[in-house]
Amino acid sequence: MLKDITLGQYFPGDSLVHRLDPRTKLICVVLYIVALFTAKGFLAYGLVFLLLATAVKVSGVGAKALLRGMRPVLFILIFTGILNLFYTTTGTVLVKVGFLQITTGGLANAFFMVVRIMMLISGTFLMTYTTSPISLTDGLEMLLNPLKKLKVPVHDLAMMMSIALRFIPTLIEETDKIMSAQKARGADFESGSVIDKAKAMVPLMVPLFVSAFRRADELATAMECRCYHGGEGRTRLHQLHYTRNDWLVMGLFGVLVAAMFVLRRFSSF
Amino acid sequence: MDPILETKDLCCTYSIGTPFEHVALDHVNFQAYPGEYLGIIGHTGSGKSTLIQHLNGLLKPTGGQVLLHGKDIWADSKTTRQTRFKVGLVFQYPEYQLFEETVYKDIAFGPKNMKLDQDEIDRRVHQAAYFVGLTDDMLDKSPFELSGGQKRRVAIAGVIAMEPEVLILDEPTAGLDPQGREAILGNIQAFHDARNATIIVVSHSMEDMARLADRIVVINDGKIPLEGTPRQVFAQGDQLRDMGLNTPQLTQVFHRLREMGLPVDDSVYTMEEAKAALLALYRKGGQVC
Ligand SMILES: Nc1ncnc2c1ncn2[C@@H]1O[C@H](COP(=O)(O)OP(=O)(O)O)[C@@H](O)[C@H]1O
Ligand SMILES: [Mg+2]
Repeated sequence: MLKDITLGQYFPGDSLVHRLDPRTKLICVVLYIVALFTAKGFLAYGLVFLLLATAVKVSGVGAKALLRGMRPVLFILIFTGILNLFYTTTGTVLVKVGFLQITTGGLANAFFMVVRIMMLISGTFLMTYTTSPISLTDGLEMLLNPLKKLKVPVHDLAMMMSIALRFIPTLIEETDKIMSAQKARGADFESGSVIDKAKAMVPLMVPLFVSAFRRADELATAMECRCYHGGEGRTRLHQLHYTRNDWLVMGLFGVLVAAMFVLRRFSSF
Repeated sequence: MDPILETKDLCCTYSIGTPFEHVALDHVNFQAYPGEYLGIIGHTGSGKSTLIQHLNGLLKPTGGQVLLHGKDIWADSKTTRQTRFKVGLVFQYPEYQLFEETVYKDIAFGPKNMKLDQDEIDRRVHQAAYFVGLTDDMLDKSPFELSGGQKRRVAIAGVIAMEPEVLILDEPTAGLDPQGREAILGNIQAFHDARNATIIVVSHSMEDMARLADRIVVINDGKIPLEGTPRQVFAQGDQLRDMGLNTPQLTQVFHRLREMGLPVDDSVYTMEEAKAALLALYRKGGQVC
């Protein structure tokens, strides 16, 4: 069913990771990515992996859910692995078949590339799994606040983003419902040629657009009734506060990045 | 009598394998008999809509079977598709599914999908419009110009036009004014009488169900704890209240009278019965406290 789409899906929970300030999580993801791209050698990757594994364990999300998110990029993973395996020519040659050869360097490169992409995806997914879309946009707005000085409409953009995110599940549910209602009248969305399928979309798209416009209209009215007039002078119900945990976690990721730079320079392991 | 539509140990679990896993139906054995008017009651989230979406094959059971005339509707894909036409389902707030340029075309959508010929489609559209009280000049209007109540009648006509053997309606009177409710219930009754079709109505109104239904099925928490004639069901006032439901107001009045010590039957649910019971009590000269 449409409901099973897990794109930026949020798994509610009450773990330490869930409770972190969204700004902390955004900053940490950036630091994490920097660390991942600086990392070189087993020790460095091991450290980053240790941190990721700890975060996953603490969050209670479960490695299975994270691995499931990996499925859409499986092809890219395999492709990257194979390219790196055959196109690196450093190190000693292990196997040689015709013009293809596998070297120790290629093996290492392929391994690190694939691990890096997997860890990159897991890290960012962990953030979206543990942060509700609304608090994510809140955090983003706060972090981008300095851009207001440059006349970037940060608040409006954030508001649009949170409304859009808020309505994705509603629209998916609505699509499901209208689809069922038309199927009950014998509509067939699955079989037939491409043209038949496109035609079959009309009974779905028309009601969907009508209701999306109606909803937008109602929402605008409801917001105006509550005196919404943009971000100016607007206070928040849920103020974002950094706690001690936030500073600790940010510090930890800061140390991680520093460690990566040091290892890159001084360790050959 | 054999049921026309029944479920055997029907189970439904939503979002299996995710943290949102939810058992909506738990070994439900449900029967609907030919020509009856069946009411389904239950509080919000009890699984009513889930059950009826299984009855015409919109949802595939995660366990158990759905049988139409004793045959599994999931036996092959052709049977499943035919079931959609034989068991007509009107969703809650069906007015949001209208999409055609004219009322006529919208009502014709179902019959067209049945691959009927033009004359037959035309006959069915007019007949369905007649059942729900739409006049001929309305057929050429855009459905988006109509009032809420009229839109809903167009949507119901769209299902009736398929001439289903079983017509299922999910809370057909939700959000309508009293006049609109009466009109819709009257339309359904007219279809029931004219076609001798089996009607299944999901409703929150105990009064309506008491008055209209031949039999009532109570759903609670994905199970059927109670079913029977309105009299049998409403006699279980305490059990219904435990499930967050109520008995009709008349039954409540008689329940209170009985609690106050008067010798009355507390399964009364129609006005005529109430009148007879009160008059009998009065003649007996039962003392009123
Ligand atoms: N598509 C769905 N995905 C997940 N859960 C659902 C879905 N539809 C309904 N449910 C859940 O199943 C239960 C029964 O829902 P429903 O059959 O709509 O109840 P009712 O019609 O009696 O109000 C509810 O708890 C509801 O939250
Ligand atoms: Mg419902």
